Amino acid sequence: MDQNKAIYLDYAASAPLDKRVLREMMPYFEENFGNPASIHSYGQRAEAAIESARERVATTFRVTPQEVVFTSGGTESDNLAIRGAAFSKREITGANRILISPVEHHAVLETAQQLSKHFGFIVEFLSVDEFGRVDPEEVDAGIKPDTAIVSVIYANNEIGTINPIREIAAICREKGVLFHTDAVQAAAHLTINLNETPVDLLSIGAHKFYGPKGIGSLIARKGAKLVPVITGGAQEFSLRAGTSNVPYIVGLAEALKLTSENREPNSLRMRALRDRLIEGVLESIPRAKLTGHPVERLPNHASFVFEGADANLLLVMLDMAGFACSSGSACKVGSPKPSEILKAIGLSSNWAMGSLRVTLGVDTTLEIVEKFLKALPPLVEQARSLKA
Amino acid sequence: MTDKPLVAIAMSGGVDSSVAAALLQEQGYSVFGLMLRLWSEPGLEKENQCCTPDSMAQARRVAARLGFPFYVIDAREYFYKMIVQSFIAGYRSGITPNPCMICNQTVRWGFLWEKAAGLGAKYMATGHYARLQRCEEGNFLLLRGIDKSKDQSYVLSRLTQDQLVHSLFPLGGLLKSQVKEIADKYQLGTANRKESQDLCFLGGRDYRGFMERQEEQAVKRGEIVDSRGKVLGEHEGLVGYTIGQRKGLGLFANRPLYVLMKDQQTNRLVVGTEEELSFGELIAGDARWLRGVIPEGSFKAEVKIRYRAKPATGTIEILDEKRFRATFEEPLRDITPGQYAVLYEGDVVLGSGIIETSSLR
Repeated sequence: MDQNKAIYLDYAASAPLDKRVLREMMPYFEENFGNPASIHSYGQRAEAAIESARERVATTFRVTPQEVVFTSGGTESDNLAIRGAAFSKREITGANRILISPVEHHAVLETAQQLSKHFGFIVEFLSVDEFGRVDPEEVDAGIKPDTAIVSVIYANNEIGTINPIREIAAICREKGVLFHTDAVQAAAHLTINLNETPVDLLSIGAHKFYGPKGIGSLIARKGAKLVPVITGGAQEFSLRAGTSNVPYIVGLAEALKLTSENREPNSLRMRALRDRLIEGVLESIPRAKLTGHPVERLPNHASFVFEGADANLLLVMLDMAGFACSSGSACKVGSPKPSEILKAIGLSSNWAMGSLRVTLGVDTTLEIVEKFLKALPPLVEQARSLKA
Repeated sequence: MTDKPLVAIAMSGGVDSSVAAALLQEQGYSVFGLMLRLWSEPGLEKENQCCTPDSMAQARRVAARLGFPFYVIDAREYFYKMIVQSFIAGYRSGITPNPCMICNQTVRWGFLWEKAAGLGAKYMATGHYARLQRCEEGNFLLLRGIDKSKDQSYVLSRLTQDQLVHSLFPLGGLLKSQVKEIADKYQLGTANRKESQDLCFLGGRDYRGFMERQEEQAVKRGEIVDSRGKVLGEHEGLVGYTIGQRKGLGLFANRPLYVLMKDQQTNRLVVGTEEELSFGELIAGDARWLRGVIPEGSFKAEVKIRYRAKPATGTIEILDEKRFRATFEEPLRDITPGQYAVLYEGDVVLGSGIIETSSLR
């Protein structure tokens, strides 16, 4: 029960900070602590750091630096994209509808719901197939003349499915509707070239790719007009007021750079481990299903449902056995309700309540996967027998 | 990992369970913390007194400080089914239910223990002030806590031998003041938290409003009468009254009047004087005998008729397998159907029963 030696298999919840990233960040806590808005040399050094970070992020996504807005993380980016675009579009064109998938992260879903409840927007939902994928044709059919923004998650956090973002983006572009995608999970694993993929707004968060928590970015392409959500300063092109978090911005840029550089070999390695894990689980555990798409899924992401098992208890047992996993999204207090996402892909509650997400990362080895595969089956049986 | 068995500690975030955990660790046990997430009325989810976000955070801090894992187990559905529904049904039938006693038997020592055992625990510990003693036959005796002002053996009196055998009460031999000192020593920082005496799922609110929201017909106005049947006024639904209640009757009389009885058949509330409220005996049903053997004939015992009541000396007469009569030397006020009569011999809990009726003798 030594918790400090538990094997970490929850990289989709958060990844450890890369030591090289920390090293890049340190000077901006110490000697280069200045406020980037200041005129003096301290301020100038800080500002230079931010602008260089902005350029590096822009290069990764093939956009211009003016299109990179730093935020406090993926959630804030989602908020700024949805709320900012909805208000702005309504002001300019009177558009009043928001079209989203049923498998969005709560940062998107609840922002849309708030816009509906308090601001009179109409929220409409696309449907998904059994893998949680959105059909681009449905987006085409779902867009109305007064649709302000469409949002479809790039790769789902709970079930790992990757959506056909390029096709969806192209349709939105053609119809003149803003398109946002939450790429918080995707950015850690997929090459995203916004030169080829006409996304207007894209959210990322650094701690999913070995950067620090509390920093993210919204890529807002030219033409995507936004009303700021946080007001009170001209930082970030007046889209996000508040003193810039210099060391974290530096950290985000460095982490993104390192991730991009090593993407190919890392993905290959992850995919092999992931496939061994999926195969092993489905082989050794009866009444088990893979959730999400078998192929079009994040390379480090394996997610399952076990019929008649109590997901929350399974996590507790796994933790006590020395494995840190998740049931789908990082939620400490188990909810007795099945996740909306698992419901959306058509699972009955008896299956959906027994979900498990295993996400791999840099420190995951084949040995670890095999160890996990040995430990899991009796625990699933136990979680089944203990279900209330 | 030590050789000592694994113990699940049921945590509340309060000082008692926190110190209990610290003591178990001192004794070398391997410990993990559990907290139940219980049902609350829709809209009041953050206010269940047994598992507010604040108490969860507090328990988590204590676990982190002492260095053991802590988990929250969802019991909302089960708790609603087993406790809240029977609470509602109890009030509706005219008794004053004691859901905490039922919760201990079924939710904590049932549902929670099952999960704890499933997670590998050999024992479950709580921060109750009560003691366990193994007697010659191998059975366990449940005893009052050393700190008489804190004694909680009453609420544990319904546990069976099967449940006691895997229970640990590390605080039973301590005074509250000592517990506070230990909390200070470990800097558990929970000593100043207010201890709640209310029913957890009412979120600190009055049960009457809760009952009204559950079912309107439960609150049907009716007559208030004295013991001779003379109408004195109108009540606002029997559910809102409890035996012995004086305040809130809305009556004008030259002597203080108390609720004597709730007559469900006629929907009448019977009130009377303090003398009329005094009962010489009670009959309790669903009796449980801690040692597993039904005593024979009659014997003397100390009887507690409520958690906070002063023990009263009485003669116990076994009526049948499930029922006993207690006859008191001095008449008692406030004998309330639905509460438990717990019998003691010295510090030892002999058994208990649910109060069915009381009478003058």
